[in-house]
Formats: sequence, C-alpha cells, structure tokens
Amino acid sequence: MAGKTLFDKVWDSHVVHEIQGGPSVLYIDRHLIHEVTSPQAFAGIDKRGLSVFRPQNTVATPDHNVPTMDQHLPIRDQLSRYQVDKLTENCKKHNVTLYGLNDPFQGIVHVIGPQLGLTLPGMTIVCGDSHTSTHGAFGSVAFGIGTSEVEMVLATQCIMQPKPKKMRINVEGKLSKGVGAKDIILYIIAKISASGGTGYFIEYAGSAIRSLSMEGRMTICNMSIECGARGGLIAPDEITFEYIKGREFAPKGIEYDAAVAKWRQLTTDEDAVFDVELNYDAADIAPMITYGTNPGMGAKVSGNIPTLDEIETGNVATFNKAMQYMGFEAGEELVGKAVDYVFVGSCTNGRIEDLREVAQFLKGKKKAPNITAWIVPGSKQVEKQAIEEGITTILEEAGFKLRQPGCSACLAMNDDKIPEGKLAVSTSNRNFEGRQGPGSRTMLASPLTAAAVAVTGKIVDPRTLI
Amino acid sequence: MARDKFLTVTSTAVPLPIENVDTDQIIPARFLKATTRDGFGENLFRDWRYDKEDKPKVDFVLNTGKYSGAILLTGKNFGSGSSREHAAWAIYDYGFKVVISSFFADIFKGNALNNGLLPAQVSEGFLQKLISAVTKDPATKIRVDLEKQEIVLVETGEKENFDINDYKKECMINGYDDIDYLLNLKTKIEQFENSRA
Repeated sequence: MAGKTLFDKVWDSHVVHEIQGGPSVLYIDRHLIHEVTSPQAFAGIDKRGLSVFRPQNTVATPDHNVPTMDQHLPIRDQLSRYQVDKLTENCKKHNVTLYGLNDPFQGIVHVIGPQLGLTLPGMTIVCGDSHTSTHGAFGSVAFGIGTSEVEMVLATQCIMQPKPKKMRINVEGKLSKGVGAKDIILYIIAKISASGGTGYFIEYAGSAIRSLSMEGRMTICNMSIECGARGGLIAPDEITFEYIKGREFAPKGIEYDAAVAKWRQLTTDEDAVFDVELNYDAADIAPMITYGTNPGMGAKVSGNIPTLDEIETGNVATFNKAMQYMGFEAGEELVGKAVDYVFVGSCTNGRIEDLREVAQFLKGKKKAPNITAWIVPGSKQVEKQAIEEGITTILEEAGFKLRQPGCSACLAMNDDKIPEGKLAVSTSNRNFEGRQGPGSRTMLASPLTAAAVAVTGKIVDPRTLI
Repeated sequence: MARDKFLTVTSTAVPLPIENVDTDQIIPARFLKATTRDGFGENLFRDWRYDKEDKPKVDFVLNTGKYSGAILLTGKNFGSGSSREHAAWAIYDYGFKVVISSFFADIFKGNALNNGLLPAQVSEGFLQKLISAVTKDPATKIRVDLEKQEIVLVETGEKENFDINDYKKECMINGYDDIDYLLNLKTKIEQFENSRA
C-alpha cells in the first residue's frame, strides 16, 4: 500500500463518520469566527434551541469591518457597529472567547491564531473566511467555510466535506535577493491560473519553501485559495516548533516536548502518491505583480503585460475585460506606471516581518508626493511590536503613519476604500473588480515592492533600489 | 430544518457568459453587513447592475428586460474568491434556483448546495449550446431534473447529465439539511472525542 501524504494523515485522523456516496463528517479542532460570517449561524442555532456544543474550541475576534483609526471611539458606521455588537452578544451568550476591539489579542483572525499559539500542527481548523488556508503553514488542515458550515461547527463541532484531491508543489533552490514568499505564491498562481487548484489541497515543499520563516509560509498558504485550492499546507519542522514555543496558548514544558514528538510524525511518506505534482525552480522567480482582475493575472514586475498572442484562446475575453477595467493595454511595460495608493496589510502580509521589511526599505527615504499610503498591522500584538521596535518612528519619518489593526482596504468593508479609478499597489490577496472599493484598481505585490512603489510613486522593480 | 424541496425546474434562463465571476462581483463586501440571511438579492451583481448613482445600467443582462427565469447560465470558475455564503443567498433570493456553468469554485458550490441552490456543472460545449439557444431566443426553456441528474434543452430534446453526490442529492430532493444529520450523530461525535482524549 502506498504511503500517506501529510494531508491524508491529518484528514483521516479527524473523520468521525463516512457517508456512503457522500462527504466525510470531519471533526474540527479549532474554529475561528468573526463578525461578518457568524451572525446568521448563531441565529440558526438559536432558532433550533441549541447551545454551542464545544465553546472552548471556538475563538472570536472582529476584524473585517472595523475602522483602522480611532478604535477607542464607538464605530461610526451603524451597520458595522451592529455586526460587531452582535458578535459580542453571541459570544457572551454562548461562552465563546472573544478578543474584542482594543483587546491586546484582537486582530485579523488569521494573524491572531498563529500568533497566540491557537494554531498548531496536525489540527483541523476552519473559519468562515476563505483565507483560513493561512494556518496550513503549521501542517494543519485549514480551510474556509460558509455560514451554514459555521452553524454546523457551532452545533456539533463537525462539518461535512468531500475529501479533496492532492497536489504537491515543489519549489527547489535559492531565492534571489528581493524575492520573497509573496513573489513565490504570485508566481505559482500565475503559472497554474486562478482556478488551477480547484478541487485540490496543496502541499508546498522543496528547499525554497523550507527556507522560509513561519510568516513567509503563512503568506504562501494564505493565497492557496487564489488558485482555487481549498487549502495548502507545509510539513512542520524545527522552524515551526521554534515559532510555537512559548506562545500564549501553545503547550508548555513537558506538554510541549510531547507535542513536538507527535508533530514530527506529520510528514508525507516517501512513497505517498499525489494526484498532481508540479516543480518550480526558485531561480526563475522574480518580484511579481498582478496586472489584471484575478490573482492568476500576474507577471514579473520587470516584465510586460502579455500580448494577445500569449493568451490562451479560451481566456481572451476575460483578459480583454480585465484590460478594459484596469485601463491597461496588452503588451505594455509594467515599470513606470503611475500609482495613487499603496496598501500594506491584510492576512496575507500584515505581520511583523512584513512591517519590518517595509521599514527597513523606507529608512532614510521619503514617500512620493502622489502616493497615499495605508499601513495596517494585522493585530494589536503586531502593532505593539512595531511600536517597540521603532518601526512606527521610521514610518513617520518617511511620511507614513501606522493605522490600527483590521482587514481594512483588503476588502474595503470599513472606510478604507480606494476611490474609483485610482490605482493601488496592495500587499493583500485579491485584485477583483471593485475589491478595494467601487471602481478601484488593484495590483497585488510583495511588501518590498509596495514599499518601493510608495517611494518612487510608480511601479518599480524593487531590486533596482536595494 | 426543512428547506424547500428541489425536484425539477423548467424555466427560461438568464445568460451571463463571463468567466471567473468572483464572489465580490456576485455580492460586494460592503453589502455583507446584515445579520440575517434575507434581502441579499437586491444587491446581486450590484456594481454590474447599478451605476454609482444607484441607477440601473441598462445594458446589464438583468436590466435589459430581455431575459428572466430561475436558471443562470454562466462561464467557468463561477463563484471564485471569498467563502461568503451571502453570494449563494443573493442568487437564491433574487429568484434563481439553478446555476449552470462548466466549472464552479469549491466553496461556492458547497454553499449553494447548503441553500437549495443547485450548481449544475456541464461540459463547455453544452454550456455554449445552452447560452447560444437562450441568446437567440430568450423564450427558450431549459429543464433541470435533479432525480435524473439531467439538463434538457426542451425544444430540441438535447440533454446532458451532471454530477452530484448521492447524499447531497437526497438532501435537496427532500429538503433536508446537514445540521439535522449531524445532530443525529452526536453520540458518535462524543465517542470520537473520547477516543482521542
């Protein structure tokens, strides 16, 4: 019998029941909730007269629609305030731990999970948010779910899922200077398209992946959904164990040692078989940026938008529609395009290492006059660290200001909206039409590229400036 | 809790032959601030349907007055992006019972099935046939038969089968939902928890 993949090991050990001709009933270890996709689920269990089955397995925080300025004041937007209040009320009623606004543990749900040691190897983790795939960086099976499924987890700690197929993506070799995790994942999505991973769970492997920090690995797994995959994961190793050590809710002392011994088993067996296996060379990866309206439409910053001849026949209509929306031309050079906004933040790139990278680049430089920049930490802890490390001071000297934590302009549910027609370079995960505000135009890139753009005021290959 | 039962839908259809329709187009994030499941149909395809003064864009397919019905015909990779179930709610609330595409994004497909909205996947060729028939004659009727798992172009009798797992099929036909099923498994779930302790 062929060996098991890491994914199989975690998935199979959580199957409570198999439905013939149907999905598996999967037990969920960790359930994260936020204000936007949970109220209808709580209303559902209330209507059925149920209580939360395992309240200790669910953790809540408001992140999607919170303001990133003046968080000490009541939320001005009435609907947002109501949604956040509803979350507080539901958590109180059902004994669910909540890290509310101004709580030192509040932040983007996918930033706080790992940061607090709530995300651990081998777990099943779900949240009503597609970027739950982030937690796969720890060797957990983590994926986004809909509100009906949030209700299932609240009611029974289980969901029903058909088992996805398995894909492994190997990135071997050494990354060049100025190339980071965000560039790797944008490169992969550009290669396999925005739907190339649909129906699969991806394991990322290879020396280039193993060389990444936990935060870099989270960036990679975070965007698995952008190629259609339900999730992505990376086998835990010493870097993982070291990251977890000492975190607030992580196992401590002998419990930690015992856990590490168990986590070491979480690898793909050598004779395991994947449905699809792809190999990429790290040396081929350069700083990347998107030029279209789905994350698969990406190119090297130093390159050009594809010409019509380079687009597959079936995709021409989508390409033309995207060019029209973006106001770009096929074959155009990317470098030199004037930019209006820069957004650094989100569950993809709102962690401390991202802010450090931006600050290191900005040190001694000044913001370009045509740029409005929003730099938003992923959590209260990231914010605190940024202040302690002097990052906020560097940002201020360069003409920027650190805002307060939340999802912010990634999806523009709060006031952080890119105005119509304006072009933003964003470290977030989606460049869909209007994603960052009605009529906004988004180019996705790494924190380093975003910082370089903020200084030059136009698209620039960051390697020319470091 | 029981939902509407789904057996057969015979209806005219609305063609939206665009690929990669993401959930931000189906329902933009700024309309996700409700705390109930109702009323999302009003903002379905909001930014394609209305201009910034909230006036209907006359050339958008839902505004031309030419097409209507309970079936939405759309290009591949429909429902990509966010996990927001609001996308499925919005489509259903607007009045669609079936979405036919050549390829669905994973989370959207699950969300649709959990809300009595049938995501029926057909070949690219058959999808194009349906779209061109409907575009040529908006009165064209399509029959979607869940029991037989087939989609029929009523006038010509041309048809194609679609896949759905037996469990979900039964749920849709009988109006069952997953929570009822899971609640019946409580003992087994507790046994599973104890076995791991």
